[in-house]
Amino acid sequence: MIKKDRLTAILMLMPSVILLAIFVYGFIGQTVYTSLTNWGMDPSQALAINPKIKFVGFAMYKELFTGFIDIRFRQDLVNTFFFTIFFIAGCLVLGLGLAFLLDQNLKAEGLYRTIFLLPMSLSFIVTGTIWRWLLQPKGGINMLPSLIGLEPMQSRWLTTREQIWQFNWQDIPQFTGWLIVLVLLWISFSAFRNKNKSRALVAFISLLAIAAWSAFIAPKILILPYPETHGFNIAFVGIIMAAIWQMSGYTMALYLAGLRGIPQALREAASVDGANEWQIYRHVVLPLLKPISLSAMIILGHISLKIFDLIFAMTGADNSTTDVPALLMYLTTFRANQFSKGAAIAVILLIMVAFVIIPYLWTSLRSEVER
Amino acid sequence: MKTFRVVILAAVLGLLALASAQSQLEIFSWWAGDEGPALQALLDRYNELHPDVNVINATVTGGSGVNARAVLKTRMLGGDPPDSFQVHAGQELIGTWVVADRMENLEDLYKEQGWLEKYPAGLLKLLSNDDGIWSVPVNIHRSNVMWYKPAKIEELGVVVPNSWDEFLAICPDLKAAGVTPLVVGENWTQQHLWESVALGVLGADDWANLWNGSLAFNSDKAQNVWDVFGQVMACTNDDASGLSWQQATDRVISGEAAFNIMGDWAAGYMTTTLELEPGSGFAWAASPGTDGIFLMLSDSFGLPKGVANREAAIDWLKLLGSAEGQDIFNPLKGSIAPHLDSDLSKYNAYLQSAAADWNSNVVAGSLIHGAAAKEAFQSQFGTILEIYLSSGSAQAAANAANAIAQQVGLGQ
Repeated sequence: MIKKDRLTAILMLMPSVILLAIFVYGFIGQTVYTSLTNWGMDPSQALAINPKIKFVGFAMYKELFTGFIDIRFRQDLVNTFFFTIFFIAGCLVLGLGLAFLLDQNLKAEGLYRTIFLLPMSLSFIVTGTIWRWLLQPKGGINMLPSLIGLEPMQSRWLTTREQIWQFNWQDIPQFTGWLIVLVLLWISFSAFRNKNKSRALVAFISLLAIAAWSAFIAPKILILPYPETHGFNIAFVGIIMAAIWQMSGYTMALYLAGLRGIPQALREAASVDGANEWQIYRHVVLPLLKPISLSAMIILGHISLKIFDLIFAMTGADNSTTDVPALLMYLTTFRANQFSKGAAIAVILLIMVAFVIIPYLWTSLRSEVER
Repeated sequence: MKTFRVVILAAVLGLLALASAQSQLEIFSWWAGDEGPALQALLDRYNELHPDVNVINATVTGGSGVNARAVLKTRMLGGDPPDSFQVHAGQELIGTWVVADRMENLEDLYKEQGWLEKYPAGLLKLLSNDDGIWSVPVNIHRSNVMWYKPAKIEELGVVVPNSWDEFLAICPDLKAAGVTPLVVGENWTQQHLWESVALGVLGADDWANLWNGSLAFNSDKAQNVWDVFGQVMACTNDDASGLSWQQATDRVISGEAAFNIMGDWAAGYMTTTLELEPGSGFAWAASPGTDGIFLMLSDSFGLPKGVANREAAIDWLKLLGSAEGQDIFNPLKGSIAPHLDSDLSKYNAYLQSAAADWNSNVVAGSLIHGAAAKEAFQSQFGTILEIYLSSGSAQAAANAANAIAQQVGLGQ
């Protein structure tokens, strides 16, 4: 009987497994293979019926990170980095704040909840179009102060070319080194606190080694033959605003569910122990919301890494001050016909998203098994 | 009731059978919106001539075909070519589709229709390579036109500049008077400005040399273009990337800006949409330093290999290439007809002046509208522009342009 059940299960799963294998993993494999070839780098072969394609290994990747004309790709990576950080931070803070407000037993809670959630029901294309109008130099938000008789604002929003927090792309190995040092410092500190002395010691020693490498050897590694500055493009502020507007309601809903899941007894126990409202939030509620924050960060993180449509609608594909790798992939593949380079950008995007998703899947699967 | 249903069913089936018996013709273009009526007029004429053909008008919106070209590529790669598709005449067709061996040679059609004598030699050269002629042009647009409002220029007390030096000389006065000397819009309109600056600085011969590979992008001459371009950009508005080309034109008409450089589809916008009189409501001159040069672009249609309805597609090309078809299409589109037998009385004042220039000027091919360079170079030109705008270094831009030109084998 059990054997028959198993057979049925396998038969039922087979179609979706086969379809997934072909249409997801097969095509991922095809993209990875394309990224290792030179398809499209020779215009006469790009769109031929039987193009002559040569295997070139990691040449496309090398070009993207160090090539002279791919400066735009590197700035796009920096853009994505800043966009992701501000977008996630903004959504979490705003979402948590709204959830706390709604948790105060408001009268028309359902109404507010719907209002805050509504932006999420729009597509990014609609949001982008609305915010593009709002952020026009001579309209929308800039005209707000004139409603109360003040001078209209002169902010350039999406059209500014200003860049802050500039750094040199050549310093990237150093930065990476110091980042690892910070992580190791945290590991050794927490191991020390947990009385795991040998672990703390190992972490500390490797910390010193990497710190020495970052300080003395890394500065001598020149990944580019000349200095190249990148930084945070101010034009992204408007896009971050629009993205937060769209997704903070969703974060709020996640937090609200989490808040509702905290047993009333815990709060009452804390207040019996003499904790005030703030202390209850700080020491009881917030720690219990940690898993919610993690899920929210993962969901928002992969949205922000893949973002395409919002920016396409707000500033168009050609405006390189607000460019991201996904847009560049589209341009490289379908306008410049450089299929292999486009595939390489796609693979890099996939790896970045995997970095966010895989640890999450791993921990959540593991906890499910434990349960 | 039952019989009624059967009758309906029979009728539907009958219609379906009729539709499939009819031959079809799928025309792929990016002429939607403002340009839709011109295409529709031509399609209507086709249906009058060939009532048995069911014409499918497949358009993908997006100026200059930016989105349509992406859709076209996926269709061609997927083995589902449209019967005939719109493409900019010149390297956009030859450098992308002809080199990939995807197009049929139309030389025999040209001979049969006697078109070899009916089109200007310079244009035919642009449509051909050593192996044949590859598409049928339906219109001619001019890229290097500078637009202004006569009343405003008079009020400002300046002379319309004949060279970029003259323009840069009056630029501080215009700024002092509180107007933008030259208005530009989003990224591609800045590329559009660049080609007028380059043509003005280099002249027609060196412009052509850039594209055939005999003048290097990192030579002093070509690098100088970027220096002049930088000075010109310093005379433009700083909210450029938020403006469409129409909004930039609006600023000239409202008097906020003195000049604008845009292709002559702007004339169509000003006469049709803004209802202004050519000559008094708006006026034009060749962009500074390009008097006597016609920087042209042309939309054309080709015949992909292996299409489903070859005969119908060839009939379509015959209509497109005839003076009759072009005189139906162009007055509505706001462009001139490349066919030499075109009847000029059907065109407005701007178009008549453009036609006169077309017949007398030196013809040069536009970069960003697909005539001069391979698509692989043209589509990366935005990156070169960006390198210049973010670094401010003419040398960096010149080197980047040279690197891309070598990578794609420009002029080979």
